[in-house]
Amino acid sequence: MAALIEIERLTKRFGAFTAVDDVSFSVGRGEVVGFLGPNGAGKSTTMKMLAGFVTPTAGTARICGHDVVDAPVAAKRALGYLPEGAPTYPEMTVAAFLGFVARIRGFRGGEAADRIAAAMAMTQLEGVRLQPIETLSKGFKRRVGLAQSLLHDPPVLVLDEPTDGLDPNQKHEVRELIRRMAPEKAIVISTHILEEVDAVCTRAIIIAHGKVLADSTPKALEAPGKTLEQVFRDLTTKRAEAA
Amino acid sequence: MGAIAVARRELAAYFATPVAYVFIVIFLMMSGALTFTIGGFFQRGQADLGPFFTFVPWLFLFLVPALTMRLWAEERRLGTIELLLTLPLPQWQAVVGKFLAAWAFCAIALVLTFPLVLTVNYLGDPDNGVILAGYAGCLLVAGAYLAIGAAMSAMTKNQVIAFVLAVAVCFLFAAAGSPVVTEFLSHRIPALAEVARGLSLTERLNGITRGVIALRDIVFFASFMGFFLFVNAVVLDHRKAD
Repeated sequence: MAALIEIERLTKRFGAFTAVDDVSFSVGRGEVVGFLGPNGAGKSTTMKMLAGFVTPTAGTARICGHDVVDAPVAAKRALGYLPEGAPTYPEMTVAAFLGFVARIRGFRGGEAADRIAAAMAMTQLEGVRLQPIETLSKGFKRRVGLAQSLLHDPPVLVLDEPTDGLDPNQKHEVRELIRRMAPEKAIVISTHILEEVDAVCTRAIIIAHGKVLADSTPKALEAPGKTLEQVFRDLTTKRAEAA
Repeated sequence: MGAIAVARRELAAYFATPVAYVFIVIFLMMSGALTFTIGGFFQRGQADLGPFFTFVPWLFLFLVPALTMRLWAEERRLGTIELLLTLPLPQWQAVVGKFLAAWAFCAIALVLTFPLVLTVNYLGDPDNGVILAGYAGCLLVAGAYLAIGAAMSAMTKNQVIAFVLAVAVCFLFAAAGSPVVTEFLSHRIPALAEVARGLSLTERLNGITRGVIALRDIVFFASFMGFFLFVNAVVLDHRKAD
């Protein structure tokens, strides 16, 4: 089975600073990868490169076989992306915002309406569909961003901190949603919450200082009688001391 | 097409905030006031909109950058630039879409000055072809300023900086053909005086408001806008993630 996300030796330098250093991994259908790392480890930069927002300094990234640099539009069509902080246009209503995304994604008329309704149902937004986004709470805003990324039912989902700012019930809903979609898609989520990795991910990649330190199932990482949190602390602080 | 979707959203955004109403009210008040007072609309005793077409480009010099300063700077501040540029749409379509929205907005503002046309038709027997040409010329100048302003907005996340840069660059092209500049240049660097006159937006507009829209004027404005939209796209691509 061909991987839906293929990242090969991806590197990003900002001047003298190397944010992402020679990262390689691939994600196949049915996998949910938890992308872990301390703040500033290069998680978001890797995701931004995958989404075609940041241009890699070296290396390649492909989504469903489309190179994000050489065939950006085809790659973006296959991708649902939730940027860090879930940015949305504050003055638009939820329905208008999703309508805008649907139009750009090429959906018209009845199909657009169906897709918007389905995305709002998945993220429980029906109750606020005509409210301007700026009047919504943080949890709702995050879910609007999530709805936008699910609208076209993409084979690949890249979600940068999808549960940040949600209350425990909403976190639960989002995790359920991810679990339900998982068999058909390749999903990458970044998170600070280690229990979330245990709950939804089939695989965990730990990254610090731009380098991949571990890439395994959450269970295998915990194996030597340690919790995932201990493993995470060991891996990411040892490196900081060495550096 | 994606550019149209971007343009629709952008135009709706103007009207969702007070920006649109403040712009239109100030534009209508000032263009009217200047035409009737300093322009001496009644005293001239001529049935035309000459004074109006003289003032509009100078009003646009300040008002158009106010319209364009938010185009990219605001997207950067809100982080929505990351959303917009990760949607499946070629980057040039995002650039063109935003430009078209702002241009359509200027067209709306110009159309709303129609009472002046009615007034001059009621009072006299003007050459409406010349008036139409004047409006077309103003719209072209607005387009040129918009293209400059949008490119400046792509350079920064600070709207004030985007505004000041845009006014400065627009002024450069507005004043390039004025006697002060051309005489100064022709004394020292005669070759540049011709170039300055050729690049002057005001000079072009003066020709058009006399009622003559030559093909070369259209080509000039089209390439002028094309050039700055290209600059916009290049700057955006280079600095989008900064």
